[in-house]
Amino acid sequence: MSSRDMMLARVRQALADVPAGEGPGGEGRDGPPVARGYQRVHGARTRAQTVDLLAEHLADYRAIVHRTDAEGLPGLIGRLLAERGARSVLVPPGLDVSWTAGTDVTLVEDRASSTARELDLVDSVLTGCAVAIAETGTLILDAGPDQGRRRITLVPDHHLCVVRVPEQVVGSVPEALPRVAPDRPLTWISGPSATSDIELDRVEGVHGPRTLEVILLSAAPETDRAGSREHWAGSGEY
Amino acid sequence: MSGTYLGMPAFPRAAATATRDTRLRANLTHATHTIRDKRAKAVAELDDWAQLRAAGAAVKDRTLRRLDHYLEQLEAAVTAAGGQVHWALDADEANRIVTRLVRETGESEVVKVKSMATQEIGLNEALAGAGIRAYETDLAELIVQLGHDLPSHILVPAIHRNRSEIRDIFRREMASWGRPAPEGLGDSPAELAEAARLHLREKFLSAKVGISGANFMVAETGTLVVVESEGNGRMCLTLPETLISVVGIEKVVPSWQDLEIFLQLLPRSSTAERMNPYTSTWTGTTDGDGPQTFHLVLLDNGRTDTLADTVGRQALRCIRCSACLNVCPVYERAGGHAYGSPYPGPIGAILTPQLRGLAGPLEESLPYASSLCGACYEVCPVAIDIPEVLVHLRERVVQGGPVTLGGTRTVLQPAKGHAAERAAMRAVGWAFDHPGALRAGMRLAARTRRLHPRRLPGPGRAWSRTRDVPEVPAESFRDWWQRTRGTSSGRGTSSESGTSSGPGTSSGPGTTSGPDTSSERRGDVK
Repeated sequence: MSSRDMMLARVRQALADVPAGEGPGGEGRDGPPVARGYQRVHGARTRAQTVDLLAEHLADYRAIVHRTDAEGLPGLIGRLLAERGARSVLVPPGLDVSWTAGTDVTLVEDRASSTARELDLVDSVLTGCAVAIAETGTLILDAGPDQGRRRITLVPDHHLCVVRVPEQVVGSVPEALPRVAPDRPLTWISGPSATSDIELDRVEGVHGPRTLEVILLSAAPETDRAGSREHWAGSGEY
Repeated sequence: MSGTYLGMPAFPRAAATATRDTRLRANLTHATHTIRDKRAKAVAELDDWAQLRAAGAAVKDRTLRRLDHYLEQLEAAVTAAGGQVHWALDADEANRIVTRLVRETGESEVVKVKSMATQEIGLNEALAGAGIRAYETDLAELIVQLGHDLPSHILVPAIHRNRSEIRDIFRREMASWGRPAPEGLGDSPAELAEAARLHLREKFLSAKVGISGANFMVAETGTLVVVESEGNGRMCLTLPETLISVVGIEKVVPSWQDLEIFLQLLPRSSTAERMNPYTSTWTGTTDGDGPQTFHLVLLDNGRTDTLADTVGRQALRCIRCSACLNVCPVYERAGGHAYGSPYPGPIGAILTPQLRGLAGPLEESLPYASSLCGACYEVCPVAIDIPEVLVHLRERVVQGGPVTLGGTRTVLQPAKGHAAERAAMRAVGWAFDHPGALRAGMRLAARTRRLHPRRLPGPGRAWSRTRDVPEVPAESFRDWWQRTRGTSSGRGTSSESGTSSGPGTSSGPGTTSGPDTSSERRGDVK
């Protein structure tokens, strides 16, 4: 008998007290009920208030938050990279090219063949995101075309993440999960890397990026916004 | 402290040593009180916490009650997504599987994410025996590993160390494991974290094999979930070519949607944050992103035996948040090492004796490593009734009874050492059946109260070594009742006896004398 069969047999023997019909596929009895009486979202907010809460909670965990619109974005990105003295920035393949129009730092493409050591030499990384959660101050990256492989937002010390508001912002964890696909690798980011292992003193940045900057990108004037939406739908995110 | 749990003394002896270590107690008190206060605030932000807690418990219960189904579903989903699933009955088998998988890669070094399951099976030692070096990459686990030490807390394993001890460990040990500590390393947490960053980055950038556990496995989709703070988890999960995850079979949840419960319960209960800095989920392998070979080792190691106990089964709901440690008065004083396993505190006191069986002095002593105050149950995000399981296990220790060991149903014999307790309980039972003898005995005890020793002789010595013997009142409750309200009954079954005008609330001859002994007593019998 294989270990697999032994373990499953032991489980079945251990559950001799459970009525045979209980559980998935059972007829009639469903077992102990799961009451999902908890809230889908905590509190009633307008979309603008949800975005404000996101900004507040991001800042609570020491992410640096900026706000701009499509017109101001390239200039802001250029300024933030310059302020850090970045000489190179990693960009995922599906990133909107206009985002980097205002910077002259070297753009490094996200390639499968790049080694971890090569990534370690890059100063910053610029990505979009899939969903952001206001109640927890969380960004979810799903490795989509404007986010790239998981490791690019990990190895460089500085992560610039652009969140389109309000459409990419949800209120709560229960609202976020249906908007991301479990078959894609996901990275949930809530503030920069941190530890409290030494006498419970919080220290930012142990192994992941020590600086997380979030740009809340609001919709541009009507004509531009239509174009931007088309681009978004075309990237196959949802 | 040596880096293994083998040969750990029984809880009372280990705790007696720890409680005399004033630095340890100060570190622990600071840590546990800080985390518990922060946790209370984080939990208070969600006004549906009670419903989330009930849902978390219910999902885990339902899953456990059809665990065979969900494990098979999980296996199919992981396999379909490009992963390989292995089944390990016990620690030895899990270690053999992991060792073989690492050998097949041709590598002799691995990087590890902090994992309770691999601590439990002693994976690092097993790998070392096969010539494979396993590097712990969580800062606290690194401190523990470099210090040839053992973890003492589920969430913050090096909490028993303070900053100057950590600096000394880094200065002394880092060089023999890789990049040495920076010259003139100070003891500020930021400097120490930076030293760890530099030391470990060397490992991350060259690692070919990563080993992890998982916080959750989703049966429906085959997705594994790891929550962490530092990014070392992400490093180990995404940079190596091969990823091996060793996960206890109880970590499965049925559906993707169920994560909405646990990703709210876990961070707030554990680190007292709205969300931990990093959560990684992956499903099998993804072309061009992350490890291209993924192995999942499903670990039993006593879990099916635990499942067979209808009272103790609830311990398998545990999501390893460590909230119960931070509120436990016993943990706060005894520290984590006294529990003799990677699972300290109240959850360890019920989990370890069940996973290993009530097999020796340590396991038999753990159900007694509690005041039964109930604080652990109050904070548990999946509502494990730890006191209920503790009492249940005490009964098994003293009286023996049916248990499942290694998949075989058997009858446990009463533990040796508890003969006096059983004799005492039999004597009490006889006395309650013979009211005359009971009355005479109580009068005799009251009259001789000035002569009673502070420590008990003979078989009672073990009990009174760590407790004050309660003082016997000058008059028994029955005599007092008889004297003040007495008619003929004397059995005190009147319905008013429990109300505020009843006996024992003010005049007190029916209660023990001082506030200390009475609270001692309350703690003992609750």
